[in-house]
Amino acid sequence: MHVVIVGAGEVGTSIAASLAPDHEVVVIDIDSDRTEDLKYQYDVLTITGDGTASPVQEAADVANSDIFIACTDDDQTNLVACGTAKTFDASFTIARVKSTDYLQTWERDDRAYGVDFMVCTDLLTAENIVRVIGLPAAVDVDPFAGGLVQMAEFEIGDDSPVANQTVMEADRFESLTFVGLFHDGEMTIPRGDTRIEPGDRAVVVGSPESVQEFANDIAPDSTPNQADEVVIVGGSEIGYQTARILEERGLSSRLIEQDPDRARWLAEELPDTVVMQHDATDTEFLTREHVDEADIVVSALDADERNLLVSVLAKRLGVDRVVSVVDSADYVTVFEEIGIDVAINPRTVTAEEITRFTFDSVAENIAVLENDQAEVLELELADGCALVGRPIATLVEEIDAKFVIGAIIRDRRHVTPRGDTVLQPGDSVVALVETSFATELAAMA
Amino acid sequence: MTRTIDARATLSYTGSIVKYLSAAMALPLVIAVIYWEDIWVFTASIAIGVLIGLTLERLDPDPELGPRDALAVVSLAWLMAAVVGAIPYLLAGYGNGSALGHPINALFESMSGFTTTGATVTAEISFEQHSHAVLMWRQLTQWLGGMGIIVLMVAILPQLAVNGAQLMKSEAPGPGLQKLTPRIAETARALWLIYMGFTAVLMVLLFVLGVTDLAPNMTPYNAIAHGFSTLPTGGFSPEADSIAAFSPVAQWVFIPFMVLAGVNFALFWYLLRDDPTQMLENTEFRTYLGLVTGLAGVLSVGLFYGGAPVTEIGGLTEGNVENALRQGAFQVASLMNSTGFATADFAQWDIQTQYFLLLVMFVGGSAGSTGGGIKVIRWLVVLKTLRRELYTTANPDVVRPVRLGGEVVDENVVRGILVFSMLYLLIFALAAIFIELDTARVGDPLSGIEAFAASLATIGNVGPALGPLGPFGSYEFLPNTTKVLMIVLMWIGRLEIVPVLALFIAGIDD
Repeated sequence: MHVVIVGAGEVGTSIAASLAPDHEVVVIDIDSDRTEDLKYQYDVLTITGDGTASPVQEAADVANSDIFIACTDDDQTNLVACGTAKTFDASFTIARVKSTDYLQTWERDDRAYGVDFMVCTDLLTAENIVRVIGLPAAVDVDPFAGGLVQMAEFEIGDDSPVANQTVMEADRFESLTFVGLFHDGEMTIPRGDTRIEPGDRAVVVGSPESVQEFANDIAPDSTPNQADEVVIVGGSEIGYQTARILEERGLSSRLIEQDPDRARWLAEELPDTVVMQHDATDTEFLTREHVDEADIVVSALDADERNLLVSVLAKRLGVDRVVSVVDSADYVTVFEEIGIDVAINPRTVTAEEITRFTFDSVAENIAVLENDQAEVLELELADGCALVGRPIATLVEEIDAKFVIGAIIRDRRHVTPRGDTVLQPGDSVVALVETSFATELAAMA
Repeated sequence: MTRTIDARATLSYTGSIVKYLSAAMALPLVIAVIYWEDIWVFTASIAIGVLIGLTLERLDPDPELGPRDALAVVSLAWLMAAVVGAIPYLLAGYGNGSALGHPINALFESMSGFTTTGATVTAEISFEQHSHAVLMWRQLTQWLGGMGIIVLMVAILPQLAVNGAQLMKSEAPGPGLQKLTPRIAETARALWLIYMGFTAVLMVLLFVLGVTDLAPNMTPYNAIAHGFSTLPTGGFSPEADSIAAFSPVAQWVFIPFMVLAGVNFALFWYLLRDDPTQMLENTEFRTYLGLVTGLAGVLSVGLFYGGAPVTEIGGLTEGNVENALRQGAFQVASLMNSTGFATADFAQWDIQTQYFLLLVMFVGGSAGSTGGGIKVIRWLVVLKTLRRELYTTANPDVVRPVRLGGEVVDENVVRGILVFSMLYLLIFALAAIFIELDTARVGDPLSGIEAFAASLATIGNVGPALGPLGPFGSYEFLPNTTKVLMIVLMWIGRLEIVPVLALFIAGIDD
């Protein structure tokens, strides 16, 4: 593949590094020092110039690119670069943005800005934080369809309410589907009468809310619920998005922000979050507000030093789990060595997302389960493909293979598949499939 | 110190409004012709009104309004409307022994009409004492004032549309003005059309009740007259017994229309535009409906268990389910949003029940309705702010905006509402004390609760109060000083205080 990357910062460099071995990569950056460095560091072609300018894009042969990635630190630059690339008929453009406003516009109409796929750094980071703090009981969690669908694998304990129930009995969660059961490491495809036994691992696919609900139900102790205290320090975009997603999942948190105007704005936007306006590095304040009794503290301030300070303070006060945003990728290990439970770097998260997307553009997304016994695939159904036009129940009978459809995304909406649901061209489906059959299934879509 | 009101421009605008308002007297003139009554009362009134209007208009042929002038225009227009509206009362009442022959009484009745208060100074309401035309004019003033004189003028006069939003904001009941369309004249027209629509529906219903003998007293004249005073939450009736003059069926028909009149009319506009969620999810609307139902329920239960003696008008409610329900629902629907119709002489009810009615009068209608009072939305904001203050006293670092149905209420609006409510209660209390002292001075004192009810009934544009000022009583015996105060109370109550005060403190440099 011919890949063009605009922006040679941390994100661009990281993407270039993972793609360079297998693909033809061209990196454009306006800073000659960066391009010089990159040229010798990795096996890529570099161009020094403005990535939004058409002569520069022409030099990078954008017209023949398979993937065009704009990932500078500036939203507008990325959007204009994608727009320019579309004038060369670039086949697939990816833009990195910080502002969720652009994301919302793009979600209304994905022709907007000439962007085919948009990655919102702050939102992605917040989703990551929520995943980390939200589902500690899950053995594995993967987002699909840009976060609309989650796949999660849970170990079913003895005291779990679904233990010793049949799948049909356990199937009481709206928009959640049991797609696989691992019994003693052996995969079975769950049918209505399959019994879920303690010690099994269950794979579920559904909306993030329903997965959260399921986690609450099967592992009430370790999964955060209404009774748990989540404190978010710093009302940055990441802090705000984290609180917002937690609200969506029915968890309310406390959000501490020092700037009065920003605090007021946050309080207006987040009706179910308690917003406090104070300096979060004030230990007296933290004790007074019993932050030490919080179950989870998320530090999402703008500066790494302050995040470090808050995280260390929270740990010393005795908080169970401390998650910190770390702006500079180099410090991630430092944070974790000090004892911060999870350090998340927005740029790494973004680079990973873009890379993953690039790799899996045919079968859009893949998660591999339990020593490669099964895979969870996201497939986009083409017009006239073998899977459309019949109810799922008939489909399963006709195709002699182990596979389960866990979720359908139709017009950016989540549809829960049941036996009588009919697949339509244009749908995206998230399916669990036996690894040996994966290639065949992907070919049918 | 600069005087910022442009007096000439203000008066000129007021003149235009008065001129067109006088034209509305054509309707009672037609009534006078139909009933073979004296046509000179209204012919002369129209002539005087138009003349006053034209003279004022001449003061400034090309007026330009500033923001403070808009407040002044609204206040003055309402005052002048009441003055011009009093002319027919004066002409008709002069020399025939009617209370309306006295200028203060005439102005009281006229102000009470336009502000949709419904308090009357005529002890005897009958066609022997007053002509059909005068009584119809009384009803019509309520209808004109209901949706707002200014709203009407903005809807029909292109020259007012320029400053329309400013003018309408000063007149609109409740905090702020809801602009429904990009052009303010369109909004004004839409509101008036909805208002006219409901009025027409009620008139037709009442007419049908009359011709089918379901309500024998409901003559075509009465159907029109009561249609004019229900939707504006007015309360005037050409019948001495108010709505008690009609059959129970007719009384039930009035109840939903009175409730409707207390709803924000903008919500009906959304309803017509196929957007029912605006209405169904509106916090004020839901609270208003909840309050009407709840309070009516409590009153009905109270009446059923003997909260009122058997009264000549209204009858027995104890142990009578239908009558207890009807009297409870009617009185709450009428008093809460300040209509002021009555189907029972509640001034003779048990004192506890009377206190309950006083509480009901305090609520008011919704913002953007034709009802008076403090308004449901203000109570909601005041209570929510109170709760917020208590919470933040305990948790000083927490930032918590006041929300209304999920929507954040701007802090400036919150402050405005608190100031308004405080001012309203202060004026209400001071006026009550004044009324108490003034009636004692002339040796005909009202009791404490009666004085408070009288103050509330006028500033809240309710109309009937308690005791001798009850629904079948009259304000006539009050001393003139008290009547003048009440005229002012009705005026500032309808315009929600601020525009009128602004008129007096316009010279203060802030």
